Amino acid sequence: MTDSRRTGESLGGRPSVSDRPAIHEARRRADRARRLRRGIPGLALVAPAAFFYAVFVLKPLASTIQYSFYDWNGITLAKWTGLENYTRLFTDKELLGSIINAFQLILYFSIVPVTFGLIAAALIRKFGTSRLALVSRTVLFLPQVIPLVAAGIMWTWLMATNGAVNQFFRLIGLGGITRAWLGDFNTALPAVGVIGAWVSLGLCMLLFLAGMSKIDPALYEAARLDGAGAISELMAVTLPAVRQELGVAVTITVIGALRSFDIIYISTQGGPGNSTLVPGLEIYYLAFFQRAIGQASALAVALTILVLAVVLPINRLARGKEES
Amino acid sequence: MKTSARELWTGRGLLVFVMLITIIPFVSLFVTALHAPGTYPSGLAWPAEPHWENFVNAFKAAKMGKLLQSSLLIELGVVPAAVLMSTLAGFALGHLKVPFRRTLLVIFVLGLTLPFEGIIVPLYYQIRSYGLLNTQWAIILPLLGLFMPFAVMWMRAHFVNMPEDLSEAARVDGASTWQLFWRIHVPLSMPAISSLAILLFLWTWNQFLLAIVLVDDPSKRTMAGALGAFQGQWGTDIPMLCAGSLLILTPTLLVFLAFQRQFVAALLQGAVKG
Repeated sequence: MTDSRRTGESLGGRPSVSDRPAIHEARRRADRARRLRRGIPGLALVAPAAFFYAVFVLKPLASTIQYSFYDWNGITLAKWTGLENYTRLFTDKELLGSIINAFQLILYFSIVPVTFGLIAAALIRKFGTSRLALVSRTVLFLPQVIPLVAAGIMWTWLMATNGAVNQFFRLIGLGGITRAWLGDFNTALPAVGVIGAWVSLGLCMLLFLAGMSKIDPALYEAARLDGAGAISELMAVTLPAVRQELGVAVTITVIGALRSFDIIYISTQGGPGNSTLVPGLEIYYLAFFQRAIGQASALAVALTILVLAVVLPINRLARGKEES
Repeated sequence: MKTSARELWTGRGLLVFVMLITIIPFVSLFVTALHAPGTYPSGLAWPAEPHWENFVNAFKAAKMGKLLQSSLLIELGVVPAAVLMSTLAGFALGHLKVPFRRTLLVIFVLGLTLPFEGIIVPLYYQIRSYGLLNTQWAIILPLLGLFMPFAVMWMRAHFVNMPEDLSEAARVDGASTWQLFWRIHVPLSMPAISSLAILLFLWTWNQFLLAIVLVDDPSKRTMAGALGAFQGQWGTDIPMLCAGSLLILTPTLLVFLAFQRQFVAALLQGAVKG
């Protein structure tokens, strides 16, 4: 019973032997009844998943939207304020700042690992089956496996005043630039960004390597014969082939940047000042410390819309061909 | 295919470089954990006398025994139920003629990119009204809902590619939908099911936001959530913090190394499908 088969005609499109409409009608009705009857077990199988999804995702999502129109401290009576919580997202420096920070983090969480991962994968492709490459699959995945919290703790220590990062800079004679990277107004956001880049780099690289392994080597041969250099080879052969993987890597890392919470909670708590405050953390502070439930909900709705608005176009671009 | 020696060495050098960047933070954590408690060691330095007892102390301080129990309890509450429900739903949506299938799919797809932060506020009040705050249920139940979009789409993607004839043949032999599912499709879907189980296990283990918002008691949280509390408590004692972090990391790493092959495959696929 595939979708493509014409429904309602149990004889699969062959001209019916009889053309008496009554029989046709009866048969069609019987068909429809059978289809519905057949559909019931299917619906029953979907029910448990749909139930949990509805109760613990859709319901709170509806509540978030509802709360966002009120001024509410979680205890006393809520006051309807219309769109006020939303207009404040654009006028309040702290709220707007958190959204701007999230966009700045896209550079580090997404653009850096994707670009570097792509170049590295293109260079490494040549010996994708060597023992070194096999070991690297394990190693490069480690940041994906550990909790982000652990990555945050590791790097907080690495970037501390006498952590390994400053040790390295002193070693190569750059002792002058050492500082507490996460505590400095000018470097805190990039420093947090470095943690995010470190987490995603391996995944991006392995994604691209997996995509490149499907390319027919003859294409590269042909490109070489046509006198293509490394750059034009990358542009003409590699990039088109890993288009889908590229879309996936960008999508994942951009979502990661917009909804970053764990790393920042652990490493800077949004400081110094509000220089690393991001929407996820701001929602948490507003709702559970400042008791501004309405404002937190408006920011949550905005963040959800933002993620969708960024992800959908990327997916559309990456999807050259229609695939499920 | 000919590649010059120079190209090969560039590639190798680069790979080693990226691997070093990945590994050094772990090494730094490890050597720091061996320094005398309460000291403020410098970056990457092997201590004069390694304090292996730091790990024992951290194990006690973090109440690791209780933590492991709590984490495993949460995993047991989430993974089997989530895998079962999503396999049933994915089978129905991918392989049976379900009425309103399109609508159902669109609703599930909507949840794929939904940030947890987007619903955490009402979730707190909802869980509170059930009287479940500060219990493992506060993490288990929301995760079952939050994992559904991905898990259902994952299983559906698998079932859509199962040949129709298989089911037709079973039906001709008089199998009911239920028998068809359990006797034919589940055994054939084991690879997809186990990959999904691995992914959900990992995401549950590393879940942080739900844990810190809904569960105050660190010993009833996930591992990642407990680590957050541990940092709050021991943040000033760097060697202790590093030892505790390593202990909390170790189970994940062991599971990863044991199932490494499936893990990498599952994560790469999960990335592409998610």
